[in-house]
Amino acid sequence: MNLSLGPLLYYWSRDDVLAFYEEARHWPVKRVYLGESVCSRRHLLRLPDWLAVAEQLAVAGKEVVISTQTLIESESDLKTLRRIVGDGRFQVEANEWGAVRLLSEAGVPFVAGSTLNVYNPETLAVLAGLGARRWLPPVEISHVALRALLQHAPTAMETEVFSYGRLPLAYSARCFTARHYNLPKDDCQFRCLDHPDGLALSTREGRPFLTLNGIQTQSAGVYNLIGELPALRELGIASLRLSPQSRHMGRVVETFRAALADEQDAASALARIMPGPPVDGYWHGHAGLDYGEERSC
Amino acid sequence: MPLDLVCPAGSLVSLKVAVDNGADAVYMGFRDNTNARAFPGLNFDEAQAAEGLRYAHERGRRVLLALNTYPQTDSWSRWTGAVDRAAKLGIDAVILADPGLMRYAVKHYPNLRLHLSVQGSATSYEAVNFYREHFGIQRAVLPRVLSLPQVENVVKNTEVEIELFGFGGLCVMVEGRCLLSSYCTGESPNSAGVCSPAKSVEWKDTPTGLESRLNGVLLDRYGKDEKAGYPTLCKGRFEVGGETYYAIEEPTSLNTLDLLPEMLKMGIGAIKIEGRQRSPAYVAQVTKVWRAAIDAVKKNAEGFKPAPAWQAELNKLSEGQSHTLGAYHRPWK
Repeated sequence: MNLSLGPLLYYWSRDDVLAFYEEARHWPVKRVYLGESVCSRRHLLRLPDWLAVAEQLAVAGKEVVISTQTLIESESDLKTLRRIVGDGRFQVEANEWGAVRLLSEAGVPFVAGSTLNVYNPETLAVLAGLGARRWLPPVEISHVALRALLQHAPTAMETEVFSYGRLPLAYSARCFTARHYNLPKDDCQFRCLDHPDGLALSTREGRPFLTLNGIQTQSAGVYNLIGELPALRELGIASLRLSPQSRHMGRVVETFRAALADEQDAASALARIMPGPPVDGYWHGHAGLDYGEERSC
Repeated sequence: MPLDLVCPAGSLVSLKVAVDNGADAVYMGFRDNTNARAFPGLNFDEAQAAEGLRYAHERGRRVLLALNTYPQTDSWSRWTGAVDRAAKLGIDAVILADPGLMRYAVKHYPNLRLHLSVQGSATSYEAVNFYREHFGIQRAVLPRVLSLPQVENVVKNTEVEIELFGFGGLCVMVEGRCLLSSYCTGESPNSAGVCSPAKSVEWKDTPTGLESRLNGVLLDRYGKDEKAGYPTLCKGRFEVGGETYYAIEEPTSLNTLDLLPEMLKMGIGAIKIEGRQRSPAYVAQVTKVWRAAIDAVKKNAEGFKPAPAWQAELNKLSEGQSHTLGAYHRPWK
């Protein structure tokens, strides 16, 4: 089992992004996903900039995957998608079926992202036939449902599981960050830049609930499967996806490496550097916001 | 046929009143979680479906069947069984979201007409054309996230008929890409066919007002004079940066009556009315207004203006008594 660094879901300054990936060259991850997968208005790094970062990471020995935009709305979104598919230097993660179409037509092997909604082996077989070599289940899948699916999965397919970070839960045409500032989306003034780990949303009694990240809505809780490594191994999971956060990401990666190497106390070390409360309900077939023994349903 | 009126049938009574009031087609689901309105007391068993088909077909209308949740591995045969029944019953089209299930339908029933459900989350012509090439879909229902010019760009670049939501409950998220409900309750439209399920809802009178909770999570608290709506998760009031407001979406309904001339002009194939969970009376009233409006726009698109009586009628039926053009109108975003 190895580690993947998921695509950066937030909007950071150019310097911060470049510094982050400069550090990532030295982290014990096998694979790095790059590119803008959330919002087409985010432009501090354009595709050629991402590809330059990709080259540097490849030189450092990382396997690089370019992640495509999850919500495609305009012709210009499609243009970016076609350029990613046409570049050909790196693997691509398809996050919607238009990307699957273009990648399969081009004969480029690809990663099937979690928003393709693969809930059964028949759909996974469709993707395998189109050139998918690796896939991620929907983040809401339980280990029981994943086990059932994997018993009939195409043999050549590697499975990657979203294992650490705030859960990407929903996508909209509306920008909730711009809405918070009473700004129209087309003139959002890039307020996401002020929220490097998203904008916290709580209930009216102050319970952290969700995180607004532009057009994406995430959980407030941080999904964390570090305590589930034996189960993940037993399922034959090839890699664990760790989703970037603005601080201590190197330590998060190092903690997972230590846990994979069976070093002690890795899990408790992680609790201190998480940007929110831990959740793992989905993995156990409960409400996503549940954690450990405190089951609400 | 442009601007087909597709109306919701949560029950046999609703189906009949939709047909009687001028629906060109109705859509229904079987009585289980194979469709995205898997609510108690709703939907059709096989005998009711057969009766509904007979009623609609005798009057020259069509019946569509929503099988638009994502089949789970351990209960795969429930979904394939539903496709089998649909084909046997002579359903006019099945509305699917899952590519694995589409492959099954094409293999076993090559003559069964397939529609891509809104739960398939196809927002570009590349995605729509994917389903066309691989499974021969004839129609696609677009998620409620594109602006009208973006919709037009899809229409221009595909031979698949495009169906749009015209009226009803508004999903602010891309359908099929929203897990908020399962994050809160364990059940989502994708895997369980429900959003903010009623069994997880709790109402409580407190000294600070009437509270609605979903699996214990406080969604809203209503003052004395405030009208409380069904606690759909995305329509609650939350705190962000010290402010309490409808952080995701107001409790409002989609109403696109004003856009009918543009929709006709760009060649939209069908208009869908949301609301299989609503009453037969609701279905009757909404169908009647939309039949009149579609007939009027087809007769005279240039001079079309929604009658004030239509809008008043629809406003009465809307959630929160207000309506929006949603994403079709750019400033909403």
